[in-house]
Amino acid sequence: MQTKDLMLQAEVNRKRLVEIVQIAKAGHIGGGLSAMNMLTALYFHVMKLDPKNPKWEERDRFVMSKGHCVEALYSVLEKRGFITKELTDTYGRFDTPLAGHPTIEVSGIEVNSGALGHGLPIGVGMAIAAKMDKKAWHTYVLMGDGEQGEGSIYEAAMAGSHYKLDNLVAIIDRNGLQISDTTENVMALEPIAERWSAFGWDVQDINGDSMEAIVEAFEKIDYNCGKPHLIISRTTKGNGVKLMENILKWHHGVPSAEEYAAAIAEIDARIESLTK
Amino acid sequence: MEIKSVPCRQSFTDTLVELAKEDKNIVAVTTDARGSVTLTKFFKELPEQAVECGIAEQDAVGIAAGLAQSGKNTFVCGPACFYVARSLEQVKVDVAYSQNPVKILGVSGGVAYGALGATHHSLHDIAVLRTFPGMNVFLPCDARQTRKLVQKLVKFPEAGYVRVGRNAVPDVYENDDFEFELGKATTLLEGDDLTIIGCGETVYHCLEAGKKLHAEGIKARVLDMHTLKPADEEAILKAARETGKILTVEEHSMYGGLGGIVAELTAQHCPVKMRILGIPDENVVHGKPLEIFHHYKLDAEGIYATAKELIK
Repeated sequence: MQTKDLMLQAEVNRKRLVEIVQIAKAGHIGGGLSAMNMLTALYFHVMKLDPKNPKWEERDRFVMSKGHCVEALYSVLEKRGFITKELTDTYGRFDTPLAGHPTIEVSGIEVNSGALGHGLPIGVGMAIAAKMDKKAWHTYVLMGDGEQGEGSIYEAAMAGSHYKLDNLVAIIDRNGLQISDTTENVMALEPIAERWSAFGWDVQDINGDSMEAIVEAFEKIDYNCGKPHLIISRTTKGNGVKLMENILKWHHGVPSAEEYAAAIAEIDARIESLTK
Repeated sequence: MEIKSVPCRQSFTDTLVELAKEDKNIVAVTTDARGSVTLTKFFKELPEQAVECGIAEQDAVGIAAGLAQSGKNTFVCGPACFYVARSLEQVKVDVAYSQNPVKILGVSGGVAYGALGATHHSLHDIAVLRTFPGMNVFLPCDARQTRKLVQKLVKFPEAGYVRVGRNAVPDVYENDDFEFELGKATTLLEGDDLTIIGCGETVYHCLEAGKKLHAEGIKARVLDMHTLKPADEEAILKAARETGKILTVEEHSMYGGLGGIVAELTAQHCPVKMRILGIPDENVVHGKPLEIFHHYKLDAEGIYATAKELIK
């Protein structure tokens, strides 16, 4: 997909995310919006996938380590053809297969997640398996920035470089906010790039609100360099819905009718502009 | 106590090496525990199928889950005390909840580390792991049974936890001619006066106590409950109906383990007089494993005495 088409797709997915949260009256909307450009780039441009054959052996693997932002993933899985709109509409209802965190009950989801700090070790295991079997597929793990407080991530960071997993890409959705405050007030994370470089990772520090920057970052990845890759994707929490941007309370929250109308109108305007 | 066989951990890994030479999809993962698990041979002979994670249990279990999710027949092996504590959330979420058929070998379980103390004991593993949907729990009692267990586990499509001890133990099964089925208790002695049920290393002591009772004309039934989950409910209820009294013996907290399994089942379907021998709610006395067994009446002498009280 061309970058402009990806930008349009991200807005379509963003709109569906807001709708899903509105239907279910629940969801982690701020971190879903900040990660939406990245999720769109992964599912519509970067990863080799077959929605008709979700267990295709040669597929790239994706682990949603920041599992609480599952509504964004449901939106992307629906728009990419893994799940139907009818299924997504059940989110929030009793006995729906769509939980508030990713589960393997849903087509296209590889592992259950939601407990933070689990995704990268699993991704390391997947990447080792691919190396053992001499497979060409890649593993992508999307983490949150607040999640970086979990020590298990750094165990996996060591293993990733120890095993030279250049088939593994970790991404930090660096939106700067976690549930109770800024990440730097809760537990300072910077300098993230230097820390991960010191662990032996190939690090890129990019503007994740820019689709061009995301596409370029993946183009730069050398999957034979002998190092695992980290993209620090600097984003805006609530990105694309002005009334939510950089406001702590939208870590999770359901828009009122007025807020919902304003959010949809704002996204629709961008969709219209990008469609021209 | 005459000991002829290798420790169960070595029986496990020797068998795994044999099977892994034939099946390149079998992978062993460990946490700087090659020596204590007895995985040195596996790592030396099958380095392409071995993953060292360093001292990082959370990472190891997550990596094992990722390997299993990618189709590898994965065995993650290390001290039981760490895998069922430090990495418990990974066992719960990445293995059990995510339905990844990882096999966890917890070595030096229970009080096998003896005087090293409670940091190294695992007396809660049965209680915790049997509440995880998707997890199966096994405590083999000797080297031959451990070998048969590994042979079954390489073909078993679900997650499993195996706890073995550290030192070599006496043979309960003196040759290979015995039936072993996952989830089916083995009857070691027939009898209708009471039933003694053991698991893991207590089984030998249960059998010795049972033999002594038989010599006195007390017909004790002795069951080897090697599978704690799914437990053999049929064998437990049959014992309850036919013998009316049950004594359980486990190297585990007396809460939530084998005794708990039997009590939960019999209380609902066939209440019987019971005694539960296990570790009480206290910090374990320091000593060698057999001294600890003796202190808490988990050896043949203590089991025999408790059985006599139960049938009064």
